Amino acid sequence: MSLLEVEQLTGGYGAVRVLYGLDFFVDAGEVVVILGANGAGKTTTLRALSGALDAKGHVRFDGRDVLGRRPEQVAAAGVAHVPQGRGTITDLTVEENLRLGAYTRRDRDVDGDIEGWYGVFPRLSERRRQLAGSMSGGEQQMLAIARALMARPKLVLLDEPSLGLAPIITQELFRTLSSLNREQGISMLVVEQNASLALGIAHRGYVLETGSIVVSGSADELSRNDDVRKAYLGF
Amino acid sequence: MALFFTQLLTGVQNGAVYASLAIALVLIFRTTGILNFAQGEMALFSTYLLWKFTDIGFAVWLAIVLTMAVSFVGGALIERVVIRPVEHSSPLVIVIVTIGLFLAINSLAQFFFGSGQRAVPTFYPEKVWHPGGVIIYSDTLVLVGVLVVECLLLYLLLQRTKLGLAFRGVSGNADSSRLLGVPVGRILMLGWGLAAAVGALAGAMAIPTTAGLVPSSMQQILVFSFAAAAIGGFDSVFGAVVGGMIVGVADALTIQYVHRLQGITLIVPFGLILLVLLFRPAGLFGTTRVERV
Repeated sequence: MSLLEVEQLTGGYGAVRVLYGLDFFVDAGEVVVILGANGAGKTTTLRALSGALDAKGHVRFDGRDVLGRRPEQVAAAGVAHVPQGRGTITDLTVEENLRLGAYTRRDRDVDGDIEGWYGVFPRLSERRRQLAGSMSGGEQQMLAIARALMARPKLVLLDEPSLGLAPIITQELFRTLSSLNREQGISMLVVEQNASLALGIAHRGYVLETGSIVVSGSADELSRNDDVRKAYLGF
Repeated sequence: MALFFTQLLTGVQNGAVYASLAIALVLIFRTTGILNFAQGEMALFSTYLLWKFTDIGFAVWLAIVLTMAVSFVGGALIERVVIRPVEHSSPLVIVIVTIGLFLAINSLAQFFFGSGQRAVPTFYPEKVWHPGGVIIYSDTLVLVGVLVVECLLLYLLLQRTKLGLAFRGVSGNADSSRLLGVPVGRILMLGWGLAAAVGALAGAMAIPTTAGLVPSSMQQILVFSFAAAAIGGFDSVFGAVVGGMIVGVADALTIQYVHRLQGITLIVPFGLILLVLLFRPAGLFGTTRVERV
């Protein structure tokens, strides 16, 4: 059984339907990428999964139905969502942002985890007492990821982590994501416009077009698929 | 000079009340972004409860604690039942809802407790000292003391507890906090509950020093508290305290020394609001949000 199983997911905003019956899954330990152009429904998919949006269909996470639950309940079940635009809480310090990430935890090891993430992201350590809003976009993205991982989630949803970042920062970020997956076995569902980078760290992927999945396969298969190459990889 | 200091102390005493109610305004504004026009009437209703509790024989300090507890629950319920359904509406709708609350709570207070003058006792002995001709009332010392303790407790709650961190997270970015598992709805209820309790305390401190409790008791206090919150910046507890003191002292000194404004001293808080908004629109201690993307 997969960690996340999604069947016939539909949803949208008010009367506007965005998703037309998506089926996909994420296995434990996998990095899965959803590629798609602007407006394809990538962000809507993630928001539907984390309960921030009314949606229909079936979403089973870790054996339990989570569709229809509130975002805080989905988070408590073990899904961490790094939203588009990073969701930095600008007037808390870096460390307070991290601490809030552990809100659903009841154990006493939060301080240890914070130090652990400072080890992974030394920039955050240097700026721990600084207001999070004063950091650069790349630093805020690192903070958003570390903050999501503070919850010790079973699955991390990442919404366009490359958005607004310089190419070199983006590459570094994806290297970090890849090593987090390899070394700590953290499962990830990444939606991205930067297809080549995303496929570089993913095991499998799906291509979303106007609310439907049109292609799916392993990262290698997608990289070799002519349509995908023309539309998303640009060669 | 003795007269000046006496008036100064009067201003500080009133300022402590304005500060306390302004803190209530700030607590709600920070979490929900709403200016709660009903804050004064909520405090009015609480103070009637306090009167009722003392009237049926509770010790005053115990009655104050009970009143704050009941007000906390009442404030949380108002958020859940009245505010939640309109929280995503336009600011204008929300303003109208809080003005509706203002009228409703005032009417309910008159319905339950009548419109006659009610005497609310103090929980401390009333004393007066005259060092060097300056008149010092025990009221002033107690009110300032209560304000200091209140601020200290709020500081500890907001800065030193997990609940306080969640509160500040929701104030800063509710959507993002929700994704981290913070139950935003419950935090908003907490904000309204706290505000109602703090407002109840303001009423419990203010009314015993006046001639008595009447249905219009809190209205002028609310105007001064709005001025205090605007001066301090609507999102800063510390600013609310400083703003309260500025408004209280400015008002007391104007009454004493500016005879031309006799009878229209309400011009002072409004004038101060205008000045601050002209030169520092976010208030003295309010945050102008700076974000890098």
